[in-house]
Amino acid sequence: MALLELKNVCINFGGLKAVDKFNLTLQKGELVGLIGPNGAGKTTVFNMITGVYPPTEGEIRFAEKRTNSLKPYKISAVGISRTFQNIRLFGELPVIDNVLVAFHQHTHAGLLASVWRSKKFWQEEQSLVKKATGLLAIFGLDTLKNEISKNLPYGQQRRLEIARALATEPKLLLLDEPAAGMNPQETAKLMLLIKDIQKKFDLTILLIEHDMQVVMGICERILVLDYGVTIAEGPPEKIKKDPKVIEAYLGEEIH
Amino acid sequence: MNQLKKILLIILFLGLFLVLDLLISPRMNPYYLQILIYCGINIILAVSLNLINGFTGQFSIGHAGFMAIGGYTSAAFTFYLGPKILETLFLPLWFSKPLVFVAGLLLGGTLAAFAGLLVGIPSLRLRGDYLAIVTLGFGEIIRVFILNIDAIGGARGFSDVPKYTSLFWVLGFTVLTIVVVRNLVYSTHGRAFLSVREDEVAAEAMGINTTWYKVTAFVIGAFFAGIAGGLLGHYLQYLHTNSFTFIKSFEVVMMVVLGGMGSITGSILAAVILTLLPEVLRPVKDYRMVFYSILLVILMITRPQGIFGVREFNWDWLKKIFSRKKAQAEGA
Repeated sequence: MALLELKNVCINFGGLKAVDKFNLTLQKGELVGLIGPNGAGKTTVFNMITGVYPPTEGEIRFAEKRTNSLKPYKISAVGISRTFQNIRLFGELPVIDNVLVAFHQHTHAGLLASVWRSKKFWQEEQSLVKKATGLLAIFGLDTLKNEISKNLPYGQQRRLEIARALATEPKLLLLDEPAAGMNPQETAKLMLLIKDIQKKFDLTILLIEHDMQVVMGICERILVLDYGVTIAEGPPEKIKKDPKVIEAYLGEEIH
Repeated sequence: MNQLKKILLIILFLGLFLVLDLLISPRMNPYYLQILIYCGINIILAVSLNLINGFTGQFSIGHAGFMAIGGYTSAAFTFYLGPKILETLFLPLWFSKPLVFVAGLLLGGTLAAFAGLLVGIPSLRLRGDYLAIVTLGFGEIIRVFILNIDAIGGARGFSDVPKYTSLFWVLGFTVLTIVVVRNLVYSTHGRAFLSVREDEVAAEAMGINTTWYKVTAFVIGAFFAGIAGGLLGHYLQYLHTNSFTFIKSFEVVMMVVLGGMGSITGSILAAVILTLLPEVLRPVKDYRMVFYSILLVILMITRPQGIFGVREFNWDWLKKIFSRKKAQAEGA
């Protein structure tokens, strides 16, 4: 059974076809890479899956349910979470609050219980903080939990974004260029961490990457997108040699 | 703290306010008493607006409109229905009058909250300056609408509103507002409000129903503004639409900005300062408002993020500042 299925998905912005007849099937437990040159439509695919832009045509199904017309917060509730290409943390809030916000959809205290500060409210609050601290520890951020998140160094902000995404308790995690702006050592470390959390949280991961080398190491399957069209799909070895991919990245050979 | 202790604490505070009211009100210079009551009302306004502007990040300049709705509704209730209710209720007056007053205030607050719902809805599509203009317009619409209803005074103003507001009620509702907003903001719901302010797209992606939180902020903020309007009307015994122009809205916005967007203690302090300032400056007579404006400009230049920024006042700061000064004095 496929976890995520995109069938002939298209989106137009005015006259521009940003993504055209895109097909993707993700099986549970897969780690798939989505690569392509700048402006190929990778992030647009993410935005369609997470409900930021509803697709103009086609169908998106998650766990057998159609999610085309759902709002982003509902899609998060179904079990899809994401990170952003240009970090979108809650900058003025402490590190731990960033994670606590993502827990919010699983909380039960109502407005009145919060105002009255009932016993149930305190118990829930305490267990949330505990859970959040545990999650931050996996990313080595637990000692920084009271720092204002915009003050963190870049690499830690990226890790915090992944931690926050995991706090929504997703089944499918979408990572949008998680290694952007990192040096090769940091990137290698991050890729190991991604592999690690995939196992730990029993996740299916779709990963956007700009740099081919990065995904080759960890993805089992890669999709290459160029000008909104899928130009190649398959295991890394095959993608590396695909003439169409080489052309998209390096340009046409001069005869 | 368990339920019983909490209820006892509330009764204790109510008793304290009542004693304060009975002791202070008759002895105090009425002018000072009035300033004290204005301070309370302005704190309610500033703290409730901070929930919308500071914590949820929806810039609203229509608070005077909500205040007017609450003020006129509660006044109409106590003026027209109040006497009839007092007649039919076979209860001692000391008990039934406050009952009528609270019912009026709650009704006013509820109607204001409903207006907040109506204004909250455009906030789903608009942001920043566009939303500000809509809320400004909405406030003016309410004012002009009331100006044309003869039953509540129209252009003459609504006079002979029963005098129910006393120090007790102002203290009570001020503390209630502060406690409700504080507890709300420092809870899982509060973090949801804040996430909307910080980054709407990310908040939505993390499962926050941003629509609901924006509207809720407006509804709660408007409710307390309505209560503040009711307290004012039953204190002055007179309501006129001129008290609810956009200038009043700006005053409240100034309190929130000056205190720090997202700081409750900042709003409280700023509300007190901005209420006292025009009174303190009375000796300079004609130049009063000039000085008032200059002081505001100076404050904004020296602390553009507001007195407390996004943080709350805490005692450790004071201790730090004092110990630093002490060390400096000793060093010198």
